[in-house]
Amino acid sequence: MTMTVALYTVISVTVATVYGLTLGGIVRKLYARVHGRFGPPVWQPFLDIIQTHGRRVSVSHGRMFYLGPVFRLAGGLGTYLFIPVIFGSAVFSNFSMSGDLLLVMYFIFFGQLGMALGAGQGGHPYSPMGIARGLSQMSAFEVPFSLAVIAVAIQYHSLNITSIVAAQQGGFMNWTLFTNPLAVIAAMISILGMNMHAPFSIVMAPQEIPIGPPIEMNGSFLSILQTNRGLFAAAKLVLFMNLFFGGATNIIEMIVKTFFIYMFSVFVGAAYPRFRPEQSFRFFLKWPALIGVLSIAYIVYLGGAS
Amino acid sequence: MNKKHIDDIEKQMKLANEGLPECERCLFSDDRPSSVEAFNKYYEGFLNWARSRSLWMLAFGTGCGATELRPLMTSRFDMARFGIFPRPTPRQASVFVVGGYASIKTIKRIIRSYEQMQGPKYVIALGSCTINGGMYYDSYNTINRLDYYIPVDVYIAGCMPRPEALIAGFNRLKEKIRAGECEGMNEYTEKFDWYKENQKQIIKDWNMPDYNW
Repeated sequence: MTMTVALYTVISVTVATVYGLTLGGIVRKLYARVHGRFGPPVWQPFLDIIQTHGRRVSVSHGRMFYLGPVFRLAGGLGTYLFIPVIFGSAVFSNFSMSGDLLLVMYFIFFGQLGMALGAGQGGHPYSPMGIARGLSQMSAFEVPFSLAVIAVAIQYHSLNITSIVAAQQGGFMNWTLFTNPLAVIAAMISILGMNMHAPFSIVMAPQEIPIGPPIEMNGSFLSILQTNRGLFAAAKLVLFMNLFFGGATNIIEMIVKTFFIYMFSVFVGAAYPRFRPEQSFRFFLKWPALIGVLSIAYIVYLGGAS
Repeated sequence: MNKKHIDDIEKQMKLANEGLPECERCLFSDDRPSSVEAFNKYYEGFLNWARSRSLWMLAFGTGCGATELRPLMTSRFDMARFGIFPRPTPRQASVFVVGGYASIKTIKRIIRSYEQMQGPKYVIALGSCTINGGMYYDSYNTINRLDYYIPVDVYIAGCMPRPEALIAGFNRLKEKIRAGECEGMNEYTEKFDWYKENQKQIIKDWNMPDYNW
């Protein structure tokens, strides 16, 4: 039994990582086409990981520097492993249990905090600048996201992701997208900040604080972070699909839905320039937060949360 | 050998860091760099294949040749389709493109950046002035031959070489990487004293550690 669970977990994590990295490759290609370039091949993220992992030496700056990427990967794994990816599938159900939505939200924050400690020890001035921006932006976009999650929890009387998905089955009109559109609008604005594409690309801002927190990370440290980027992206998309777009009953449905959720932030990113940090923080605390509050009011007073 | 003798040998193996003021020496590492052997044949071959397809270029403009890197990055020549990307930090970069003439001020920064790169690392010297000085051959403040100071893998002649020439140079570098011929990292550590002597001859205000870890 334990072996089966272990095998399923390995399959699930591998599929998510490969999918997330491929999405990253597609995004690079897409941005290149917007610039009028051909762009790198779609499998470029995999080559980059092999290349960084294949460095013969890597410099460390201390214990926390070692632990930073480990915490980040633990955050990504934790987020992913407590989300049921495919509704009703044994392989992709992961370790979801009741009350897991709060745990997942905690894990989304956890990786960033671990990274903040690790990157800070690198000693490069751009690291703390990126971390300060990242944590502030995270606190800001957590407000509309948390409000949307509260609305969803009130609507379905549950914090268990599996039962939230189960309540949305039976036709697309049961999706949160149609039963509580305000919550979805607030959450979809917060995913713009979560995915950190423009206009919210202030953490890794190229040309500004060139690549921000991981600037001193090299070799294997960087390859862990790159792997996590794929896994974490997939985890967040699956969470949004489960909460707002009716979940998925097979892998094709999962891929189609998460692809379009991701493309929303990519299209916005390709069309807009970057905000300044203070513009970004204030943006989330104004209209998206208000829409989040309205979504709760809607579900409590009008939506017939029984 | 007694302990004192071993201590003496260890002391000789350490770098003196004489350019630094006495109070700052403890802040910097005094270890010498050492050669790192390649992995076994097949694994190294696989890694070299990946390294040649994912070249991260240190995008420091160290001379007028850096002008040619901008059209190379943007839509007309688009180096990303060859798997070449700019990287703003030496810690993550694997290719150092020295863009043309290196003045004595700049060569100091080139050495610092080169030493901070994590191996295997490659150097492309761009323009005639890195080969023999080019039009600056008798200038009082530029160096003439770059490979006296850091090991160079590929030279691209011309003043200026066009972006097409740069792409050809990158392709030559890729061939060399796949053939396992780019061992500049180990060459630098093996001939460390020779390189340091050359560097210190030309850089008069040496106020950095002998090896920038």
